[in-house]
Amino acid sequence: MSAGVIAMEDAGFIIGSYVLTFAVIAGFTWRVLRGGRRLADRIDDDDKYWT
Amino acid sequence: MTPPSPTRATEAPAEQVDGGARSGTGTFATRMFGIATLVTMGWLVAFGLGFSPADRDQEEAVRIMYVHVPTVWLAYLAFTVTAACSGLYLFTKKHSLGFDRFAGASAEIGVVFMALSLATGMLWGKLTWGVYWQWDARLTTTALLFVSYVGYLAVRGLGGSHDQRAKRSAIIGLLAVLEIPLVHWSVRLWRSLHQEATVLNTNGDVDMDGLMLFSLFVGVVAFTLLYVWLLLHRSRVMAMEDQLDDQGLDRAIDARRAEATS
Repeated sequence: MSAGVIAMEDAGFIIGSYVLTFAVIAGFTWRVLRGGRRLADRIDDDDKYWT
Repeated sequence: MTPPSPTRATEAPAEQVDGGARSGTGTFATRMFGIATLVTMGWLVAFGLGFSPADRDQEEAVRIMYVHVPTVWLAYLAFTVTAACSGLYLFTKKHSLGFDRFAGASAEIGVVFMALSLATGMLWGKLTWGVYWQWDARLTTTALLFVSYVGYLAVRGLGGSHDQRAKRSAIIGLLAVLEIPLVHWSVRLWRSLHQEATVLNTNGDVDMDGLMLFSLFVGVVAFTLLYVWLLLHRSRVMAMEDQLDDQGLDRAIDARRAEATS
């Protein structure tokens, strides 16, 4: 197996690990922010300690 | 003639409704944190996949380290914050639910980071060791730590009052954190396939190329910013969930009282 082929095989794992990381983080972030927006209009602004 | 609106949201000025609905849990500070996180994540990709050199032994696989190592460190930090907030809830006179919500939010983020660390570690293992998984001391104790915090989150989801939830999850949070030293020292306590600590080692000698160390530093900064940003948002969402729970309970009690008196 040539060094080039090994490098190409490695690229899938390396780029895949970054894609997986950012995809999971994006999914979790989207879930948190969507939950926040959905609940925010059901609560008085006075009751939101961060406003 | 416009019919009277039954909801509070439509009675409020349009500007206020739009602002509230759009902002959700965001503030100026969280937006700044969000922008800083995105910028450092961009740097992480540039240094991790581009500027950083290949390693002499691991070759290109070392690039996975720049996401694998920060996620596991931040998971440790998240679980330590969970334990600290659990202790503050249990051992302060006020028993503030704010501590409990921070503990829960931090554990949730820690579980996500730990899952990522396990997944990226498996990809690195396949390239370096030739297998995705080995029942090695470090890998097994890490998996055990992950499962413990999944259990912690499951316990938080059980029924009962907010105080009951806070008390039982705080006890688990204080016990589960004791696994972290075991995970960290597992490579020394048992013969392990996993390498020993390169940066956080006992002799304080960091045997790493400068650009590699900087790439790792960028990763740690990026994931730390992300952790703080997510912690603020998630704890605020939890505060709103608790408040809506309380409102629902108040309404149910009022309805029951009305039934009893009619």
